Order: sequence, then structure tokens, then C-alpha cells
Amino acid sequence: MLSYLLQRLGLAVVTCIFISALTFVIIRLPPGDFVDAYIANLTASGSSVSQEQAAAMRVEYGLDRPVIVQYARWMGRVLQGDFGVSMVWRRPVSEVIGDRLWLTMVVSLAALFLTWAIALPIGIYSAVRQYSIGDYVFTTLGFIGLAVPNFLLALILMYLGFRYLGLSVGGLFSPEYVQAPWSWGRVWDLMKHLPLPAAVLALAGTAQLIRIMRANLLDELRRPYVVTARAKGISERRVVLKYPVRAALNPFASSIAYLFPYLVSGSIVVSLVLGLPTVGPLLLQALVAQDMFLAGAIVLLLGVMTVIGTLISDLLLMWIDPRIRLEGRA
Amino acid sequence: MAERTSLAVRDLAVHFEMEQGTVRALEGVSFDLHAGRTLGIVGESGCGKSVTARSILRIVDRPGRIVGGRALLDPGTTEEADLIAIDPESRRMRGIRGGRIGLIFQEPMTALSVHYTVGNQIIEAVRAHSDLSKAAARDRAIELLREVGIPRPELRIDAYPFQLSGGLRQRVGIAMALAGDPDILIADEPTTALDVTTQAQVLDLLRRLQREKNIALMLITHDMGVIAEMCDEVAVMYLGRVVEYAPVADLFAAPRHPYTRALLRAVPSILATPRQRLATIGGAVPHPGARPSGCPFHPRCGDFMPGRCDAALPPPLRPGEAGASCFLEVPA
Repeated sequence: MLSYLLQRLGLAVVTCIFISALTFVIIRLPPGDFVDAYIANLTASGSSVSQEQAAAMRVEYGLDRPVIVQYARWMGRVLQGDFGVSMVWRRPVSEVIGDRLWLTMVVSLAALFLTWAIALPIGIYSAVRQYSIGDYVFTTLGFIGLAVPNFLLALILMYLGFRYLGLSVGGLFSPEYVQAPWSWGRVWDLMKHLPLPAAVLALAGTAQLIRIMRANLLDELRRPYVVTARAKGISERRVVLKYPVRAALNPFASSIAYLFPYLVSGSIVVSLVLGLPTVGPLLLQALVAQDMFLAGAIVLLLGVMTVIGTLISDLLLMWIDPRIRLEGRA
Repeated sequence: MAERTSLAVRDLAVHFEMEQGTVRALEGVSFDLHAGRTLGIVGESGCGKSVTARSILRIVDRPGRIVGGRALLDPGTTEEADLIAIDPESRRMRGIRGGRIGLIFQEPMTALSVHYTVGNQIIEAVRAHSDLSKAAARDRAIELLREVGIPRPELRIDAYPFQLSGGLRQRVGIAMALAGDPDILIADEPTTALDVTTQAQVLDLLRRLQREKNIALMLITHDMGVIAEMCDEVAVMYLGRVVEYAPVADLFAAPRHPYTRALLRAVPSILATPRQRLATIGGAVPHPGARPSGCPFHPRCGDFMPGRCDAALPPPLRPGEAGASCFLEVPA
């Protein structure tokens, strides 16, 4: 069990190193280096930089050293939380991303829990009552959920929320809290704004997970151990919840790993529509503006978070499935 | 046969409503189980052996449906109860499942959940049929594991099924079936998945438990060797019907139904000469949706009488009486 854990951790670290190397390559992909871009920026705004100054800057930033050394120095700074300077925002990348990273996580986690909370019971119901009217209703709704573009749903929900419920829609905060420092009032304000984006983001994932849960559970319900459990004389509810549902939970745990990046990258349009101060729109802007330090930092952070998500889902699988826990087999 | 009749099954009929049409899995099956005796149920795959077991316990999966018949627990006593008439979800039926009738399953690999320890799964069965505390139920589970011959039960109780061998798993299954202290055991091919040595041990165990607890045992198998070794009476099933019923010695000495004779011919003989081809029953079990007219065995039968066997169903057996459901038994 411990060796399995250590092995997973080791793999996670290795994966993170690869992600960082890839990110470094991405940052350096545009023609010219950072100083060229910086000079171009300054020239555009009217000032000029001499050759000597440029050379001095290259030495200062280590751009005259071998690539490997540059990578090591960059990694060293990243580990200290210094992701470089965003050229578009003219501020340190860490400051630009700042709260957005946490807000992204909050929104994503809220969407994830909503996905589970809806998909789990409906999936179980649909499998246990296969081909019932309820199953057909949920199946239809599920396919609609899969088919409707998220941003369209976001627009519709915003309209309905504003028109009929008088909600303050758009963004994650009311105007008076947008720039305010963190306080209980601001947290409460966030809570009030969270349901709409979480619901929109959860929708497609929910539909998908219902189908997965239903299919898995239908498979498991036919297994002999279900007959064994029934033959013991325990109630049907207990039979279903204790045995086949537990077995069908594996894909739920796995879904953490892929749902998270999907929620972040798949939510760019929704975030723009809803005006969410999350990482997604920032990444889009950075890519359009070729703001490579900012884009690189976001890619790196998302990559690392995906790795962490995978690690968490591995741990959950260990908890759910004793075969993995005791034999270290995935 | 002075023993108390524990269960009397009469005219049990189960249909599966499939998209392709109705599959008649059981068509009027009747037999008796007696305390301390073993009834063997034998037949090819798909003849309805397992469906019979599940119908008695009322755990037939959809789209299967019991369309007729009775299964009388303690027939002729004041306690008589028709299992077919009880709501399968009711507390009463749950008490009978495991409490009066235990099921020993076919596949020791897949019949236990890999997600829980064997102790967890046995204790659950113990507590479903008693008011024992958790600790007492655990002691009882260890006791059950010892009873079925599992060495070091106080350690094995915390093992997961995949950590045990096939033989041990099947013993765990038997311990679980005994957890509610039933007086009827249904063993659905309990030895099919085991090697011969383990098979013999498990059969010995079943015999010993039956003797000690005066259990009525219903042994489902397709292995004539197991039948010969274990059973007092035998019911031969073909396509959802009991086609022959006889005391075990009579069945082997003088089988009356052509299907029984064909089954016995198909048992490999130790006296056979090398390279002799094994006897088989011609043809295959018909598709359940395409049931032959008349006696459903007639297309494969060596004694087929045209105009008779394909015209009508031979008369069914009278429960408890030896005989064969065949026109050879009926004077023309």
C-alpha cells in the first residue's frame, strides 16, 4: 500500500517536471526572446532601448546562457512563486493570476460537487429502474444537457435569473465587492453568485456521468454477488447501495482527474459570457496577445492541478477498491 | 420417506418477456424437498435449474416473472406459507431468504463482493437474521468459518475474497448461506468451478452439515457423478420441465426417459477403450424462443414417435412419484 502510494507520488513529480519543461518550451516558442519582445513593447510606446541596455538585460535575465541553465533558473524562480512579468498587464504574472486561481478552483469544485450530487442518485435510479418512465425522462434530459451549448444555457439562465428572480447575474461578486478585500461579506457574496455558474458548468459533465453511472451499474447489477446479497435476506435498497453501487463508483473517482481540466479549459466561453474572474478568460487573452509568461504560468498551473487531481482520484480509488489498496494493481 | 416435507413446489411457471417474444423458462415444475434428504436437479445449461432456485427465493431478475404455481414452505402444517404469494420485498420474505432457505452459489470467484472482507459479508447475513451485537455477530461468523473447515478463521475473517483460494471462497459461501441457520439449502452448481479434490471436500462438507442440522438440500448440477454421490432423489429437467423423477439408484439402474438415458450415456466411462469417442446427445438445446411442438425433446430423441411426440405434450409427472414424462410411459 505504501509502495503504491510512493510510486504514485513519484510519478506525479516526474509528470510535473515534464509539464514544466513543456511550458518552458511554449514560453520560448515565439520568435525572439523576452528582451526583443520587451524592446518592441517599449518602442511601440515611444521610448527606445540601446543595444548596450539590451545586452545588459540579456545578461541580467540569463538569456545569454545555455537553454538548460535558463530552464533551471526559470524553474528556480517559479518554485519561489515568481512566474515572470506579464507583458500585457505590465505586472508580475503571480499578481495577475492571483485570486483568479482560487476562484477558478472554487467554481470548479462547486461544479464538480454539483455534478456528483445530481449524477449519482439519478444514475442509480436510472439503472435500478431501467426502462421506466423516470429513466426515459432523465435519459432525454441528459441528452439535451449533452447537446445544448453551455454558453447558450448560461445566457438563458442569466436572463431567467435576472428577469424573474431579480438575481444579480454575471461575475462572481456584486459590484461593491469586486475590488473589496476578503471578508465574510465577500465570501457570502461569492456563495450567492456561485450556483448559476456552477450549474451551467456542471450540466454537460452531469449528463455524461449519469450515462456512465447507469451503464456501469447495469453491468454490476447482473453480477452473481448481487444475487448472493439478495439471497441473504437483506433489503433491496441495502443490497443495491452496498454492493453494485460501490463497485460502480470507480469511474466517479476517476472523473475527478479529467473533470477538473475540462471545467477550466472547457469553461472559457461560459466564463466570458458570465463574466467570471477565472483563469479561463485570462488564458484566452494571454494566448491572443502572445503574453507567453502569463500563458506559460497558467498552462503550468493547470497541468500541475491536473496531476494533483489524478493523485486525489488515485487515492480515492485506493479507498474504494481494496484490490488496488492491497495489491497495488491499478 | 418419513421425513418432514420442508418445501413443496407445485406447477411453478416462470416466463421472461423479451423483445423477441416470451421465453418460457419454467413450465409447471413440481418437486418436494424433505428434511435430511438431498434432491438432485440435473439438466443441460438453460433448462431452468437456476431459475427454479431463484424463483423459490423470489429473486428472479426482470424481465423474468413467475406466472403460476406455488412453493409451499412447511406444507400441511399450520405454518404453511406459499412463497409465491408473499411480496418479494416484504420483511417476511427477507426473513425466509437466508433465514429458512440458504443459497450456495455457483461461482466462488464472482459471488462474493471484492469490496468487502468476507467477515463483513458474513456478519451482515448473521445480523439480518438475529439480534446479535456486532461483536457477537463477529464471533458467530468466526464460528461459522470454523464449522465449514476454514483454518485459522479468526484471521481469515478479515481477508478479502480475492486473497482466498477457490475452495476457501466456496467454503465462505457455504458459511454465509448457513449464517441465518436455514433448514433448507439450495446449492446451485456448488462445485462446478472447483478442481476435483476441492470438489470432493466441498461435497463432504455439505453432507456433514446436512447430517448435523437435518437440512433439506437441493443440489443443482449437470454432473451425474455428483448426483450419484450425493443425492437421494433426482429430478431431471429439460427446457423448463421435470421430465423424470426417481430415487437415485433407480435412475442410474433403469432410466426411463430417453433424455435421462442420453445424459447417462454421455458420462465418460472408466471402462471405455482409448480413443473411443464420447457419446453426445444429438443436436443442441433448442433456442428458448423456438420451442419445438409437442414434447420439446422430440427433435433430439432416439425414440421419437412421429405423430405422437410432436403433436402433444406428454402428461406431467405426479409430484413425489417416480416416473418419466414421456409417451413411452403411456400406452398408445
